[in-house]
Amino acid sequence: MFKLWATILKDLRVLWRDKPGITLMFAMPIMLVIVVTNIQNSTFQLVSKNKLPILISNNDTGQAGKQLISTINKIGMFKVLPVAGNQSSKAMSVAMHAKDAMLGMIIPANFSVKVQAKSKNIAGKALKSFGLDADTLKQAVDVDPLTLYYSPVLQEPLRLSVEGAVRSALQLVESRETLRSLYFSINEKPLPETLENEMLNNKTAINEIPVSREGARINPNATQHNVPAWTIFAMFFVIMSLGGNVVREKVSGSFVRLKTLPTNYVVAVLSKQITYLGVTILQAVVIFSIGIWLFPLMDLPGLSLPSDIPALFVLVVITGWCAVSYSICVGVFSETQEQVNGFGAISIVILSAIGGLMVPSFAMQGFFKSAADFSPMHWSLQAFYTLFLEGGKLKDIFNNLLLLFIITILLQFLTFLGLKRKNLI
Amino acid sequence: MAIDDSLAIDIENMGFRYAGNSDLFISGLNLQVHKGERFGLFGPNGAGKTTLISLMTGLLSVNEGHIKLFGREVGRQDTAVNKLFGFVPQDFSFYQELSPVENLEFFGAWSGLDKQTIKQRTDELLHILGLEEVRDKQVQKFSGGMKRRVNLAIGVIHKPQILFLDEPTVGVDVQTRHAIIKYLLELNKNGTTLIYTSHQLSEAEGLCEQVALIDNGKIIAHNDLDKLLKDYHEDSLEHLFLNLTGKDYRNDV
Repeated sequence: MFKLWATILKDLRVLWRDKPGITLMFAMPIMLVIVVTNIQNSTFQLVSKNKLPILISNNDTGQAGKQLISTINKIGMFKVLPVAGNQSSKAMSVAMHAKDAMLGMIIPANFSVKVQAKSKNIAGKALKSFGLDADTLKQAVDVDPLTLYYSPVLQEPLRLSVEGAVRSALQLVESRETLRSLYFSINEKPLPETLENEMLNNKTAINEIPVSREGARINPNATQHNVPAWTIFAMFFVIMSLGGNVVREKVSGSFVRLKTLPTNYVVAVLSKQITYLGVTILQAVVIFSIGIWLFPLMDLPGLSLPSDIPALFVLVVITGWCAVSYSICVGVFSETQEQVNGFGAISIVILSAIGGLMVPSFAMQGFFKSAADFSPMHWSLQAFYTLFLEGGKLKDIFNNLLLLFIITILLQFLTFLGLKRKNLI
Repeated sequence: MAIDDSLAIDIENMGFRYAGNSDLFISGLNLQVHKGERFGLFGPNGAGKTTLISLMTGLLSVNEGHIKLFGREVGRQDTAVNKLFGFVPQDFSFYQELSPVENLEFFGAWSGLDKQTIKQRTDELLHILGLEEVRDKQVQKFSGGMKRRVNLAIGVIHKPQILFLDEPTVGVDVQTRHAIIKYLLELNKNGTTLIYTSHQLSEAEGLCEQVALIDNGKIIAHNDLDKLLKDYHEDSLEHLFLNLTGKDYRNDV
């Protein structure tokens, strides 16, 4: 026991003096979690609070164009910036760059006339179908298309939601005109404003409820998503210090001396596991604390810890142990510091990518979806989300813990084989 | 067969081959070193000195025959044999990030000493080797000579009965060399068997009483130094060395 304690003390001292290693293990993941959460939160706020700037060139002189602009304004997603009419594509592109807008729209010159004609025609068809006299055109009226410009930087999901919002505004303008035409044809007087509002304004609310276990209500936000993900990343990033530490010890003269002493190298491996498991737990505590206390000061949503804290602790310990086992395994099989640094960093990025830390694994297709099962980060992330987002308990993450444990045991076995092959134990 | 308890090292019909090689690098080697001897092992680069020391310290395993230290077979299975010897490798074999005290605490524990003994031996050794003033400073800031002394202190912290020294004075100044040799002679006076290898042959002449010359994995001469010089009509170890191993360059690949 004294040998183990002395080895842990040595490892702690070596670690404490490895400032670049500590920086990589703590400062880098902390910066990542702050930056990524901020960016994702800004994206969320771009849609919900900050509003997307949209340049609109209205070439229409009638009411429909104005109504369309007013409706787009009311959606709440856009900040409308009017620009002069008769904009060419090139002029619109220049204006978008000049005003730092990611969206631009041109309303065609005869928009109102065409919308009214189309509405009148639809109203006429409706009256005819009721058995009443009405004027209808033989040919359907097509409204000239609106042109929507967007910056290629705009991501696909956001662009699709922009398109959906504009389409719904357009639908409202067309429906209003059709309703007015229909009402005027029947009553020969304009549709009263109150009735129009009542008929067009959608009053049915949509209750959005995040699916959770046992009735727990946790609002998903950028913090709840990012803090667990980057905590896992941080834990696995200990490879940059620990993997290097194992290789450094192997290639340094101290290792030769260790092999001649009456103590099995298993003690050294065990000490590294205990020391760095402590590091991974500390990483989790630090990152969670930042989420809880620092994020609200930065106008970010604060982190809500799960109700089952013991389950969270078990998950952190098993994930940390898995990360440490992976680092030692890579260190044992690497021959040089360059190998462990290169392979370590790249493998962690790949494992985190296929594990769903960067893109949700449910959004992956084919091979990558199956590959996620081989990443311990995937099982860990799922378990963290079960606790942080779904209000799950220990029993809900038991399978994930079991899989992480099995992966850890496999890594330990590989390490044992590596040490045995090199005649170290 | 009766065990000769005057022997510190007993190597009998030992054969060794490197992994992947079908031929033995060392074949049928016999060597005895008596307790309390100051034994020097010399040879050109690639002759087999480091291999032989690695075999005697259990860093490599023999393929044929056996090596015994104080009657106990060397091997990774019997860790008790590792308590019998100390090893001072040519490379700095310690943690440069740690201080001398921290290194001695760690290696002392791994040598099987308890906390109290480690503290006592640490104070003793730092005093003897002139490292008291820098006891808590990180070793990586030390000069080459100071690092050599730390290397030696770690090798003897557990008072080994045999001390293997692989070029213990390489790259140090005259003062440090003098201090190290003086300390080694003192250890030997107190009963420690010294197994010494170096290319500093003039230094070796002052330290070693028994000498073996090794070349191509074979012991080509082994006897009392004075007797060897007399037998080969040479006036120094260096001339004896050149006489027996030739003057051609040796490329150790």
